[in-house]
Amino acid sequence: MNFRFIAVKLFRALITMWLVITFAFLVLKLSGDPIEIMLGDEAEPDVVEYYRVLYGLDRPIHEQYIKYFVGIAHGDLGFSLIDERDVVEMIFEAVPNTLFLGGIALAISLVIGIPLGIIAALNRNKPVDRFVMTFAVFGFSIPNFFLGILLILMFSLWLRWLPSSGMGTVWHIIMPAITLGTSAAGSLARFARSSMLEVLNKSYMRTATAKGVPRRQRIQWHALPNAAIPLVTILGFRIGDLIGGSIVTEAVFAWPGVGRLLVSAVTAKDLAVVQGILLMVAFTMVIANLLVDLIYGWADPRVRTSAVMDKE
Amino acid sequence: MDKRPDTTPDTTLAPAPRSMLRAIPKRAAKYPLLVVMAAAFIACVMAIFVFADFLAPYHYTTQDLPNRLKPPSFLGGPEQYFLGTDELGRGILSRLIYATRFSIFVAILGTGIGAVLGTFLGFVAAHFRGWVEETLMMLVDAQASLPFMLIALAVLAFFGNSFTLFIIIMGINGWENYARLTRGMVLSANTHGYAVAVRSLGAKPSTVYFRHILPNIVSILIVQFTLNFPGTILLETSLSFLGLGIQPPLTSLGQMLGAGRAHLLFSWWIAVLPGTMIFLTTLSISIIGDWLRDKFDPTLRNR
Repeated sequence: MNFRFIAVKLFRALITMWLVITFAFLVLKLSGDPIEIMLGDEAEPDVVEYYRVLYGLDRPIHEQYIKYFVGIAHGDLGFSLIDERDVVEMIFEAVPNTLFLGGIALAISLVIGIPLGIIAALNRNKPVDRFVMTFAVFGFSIPNFFLGILLILMFSLWLRWLPSSGMGTVWHIIMPAITLGTSAAGSLARFARSSMLEVLNKSYMRTATAKGVPRRQRIQWHALPNAAIPLVTILGFRIGDLIGGSIVTEAVFAWPGVGRLLVSAVTAKDLAVVQGILLMVAFTMVIANLLVDLIYGWADPRVRTSAVMDKE
Repeated sequence: MDKRPDTTPDTTLAPAPRSMLRAIPKRAAKYPLLVVMAAAFIACVMAIFVFADFLAPYHYTTQDLPNRLKPPSFLGGPEQYFLGTDELGRGILSRLIYATRFSIFVAILGTGIGAVLGTFLGFVAAHFRGWVEETLMMLVDAQASLPFMLIALAVLAFFGNSFTLFIIIMGINGWENYARLTRGMVLSANTHGYAVAVRSLGAKPSTVYFRHILPNIVSILIVQFTLNFPGTILLETSLSFLGLGIQPPLTSLGQMLGAGRAHLLFSWWIAVLPGTMIFLTTLSISIIGDWLRDKFDPTLRNR
């Protein structure tokens, strides 16, 4: 892989990160005086002044900006004035739970979505294809929160098979993971199908047929590897959707992850926690996109050259 | 991009005049059943949107405290409440009708703002090129790489909730799609004969863009609108569901669903009915949007 390709991608990732940090800083500044929020508007002026100096809010704006930047670079995301705890600590407590839920949901969506899409492509315009595609549209049209509520109603309240909230046993993960994985499974099935169909129409597939390669081998060795390439990018996008979806899903099932932390922080106006999560998710997404780009460049030599040409 | 001859009569977007209405059943036979059903459902939703005041038997805030949490009349509830009542004795049918109107209103306004803003910035990027284009495209990439739900929640946390802000958030969602599309199409249109010809006749850039290029790309933008619309509805309903969007006494489908959660065990209809409405609406628009995209973009056909 050439150096220039990596450098261009890395530069873009850094720019995005810088934009997000600046956005968080500006919004934090524009949203009002944190001291006033903390102390209320009846506080003594010299107490307010004391805290302003303590948190460096008396400094000129560019100094605060640099201080904010340096703090983030050192892994300091601030202090929650409501829970009176370090934001990094609170987030790191929640991250493993979200990763656990997201990982299982992603696995479910891959295991269901991709084989279904390939089966649909191989049986194009037959009843199987239509059935799979209908399932896919249903899957990504049903809102997370509604699917979650239906599952709770069915399996927790009526059948009493599964717990409706919290985590702890294996039984707790089933409904949240299905809720989160369904929409991703639907769109993965569609992409897998269209990607596979495109490859099946390629001239090298015709050549393979002509020289007498058996169907099974044609699909396994000629079609599948080529169809997998665009799926890598789509997977990158799905990770973003999974993070977005986990916010609502965790709120529905009271799953103690980053999403629920975010929702409760927004409700309680705990701004330090909100900007901490914003920055952390942005950072994760930037790295995920960067990795996807690099994997893509490694898997498909055409991308390496064209991406660099775009930039010029 | 060239305007392709439009061979398909479109029954889904424009309100059909009277003479066309009679022709619909005959034409509908040519369309896939699923698309026809989806279009019919969207027509119903639009009718609810326009005629909510005439259709709803009660106002959405009218309370009837003796009749709280009653099931729908076909499940043994009181006769005057076809779909039952909620915890304050408000008729679910009436609330559903008004909530649908409100959710659709917010979604149309939000998607519209995003479409206009994004299209305009796309033109700006294609016209000025250079650093203006670079900056705009960087913003597009940055927004596309973050889950919008997160941005929306952050903005709501920092600025507090107000109706105006909520609509602006809905508008910012999705602008990047239009900006990216428009920029690409305008760049390619600029090299086409007709744009060069009009320009060499001395037309102002604004004339070229809005009188000549825009009409040629508008069909693709409309498709993008239908593809973005369900996303806007989902964003609004999700935020309202979390209690961070539309606030009572106003009501939206998401807000109804969120409030109904508390009564799921004994009064499931309060949550399930608005949820079903959201689901069917987004499903129908997705089906129509997919179908339109295939119609307008022949390269995607057969996929």
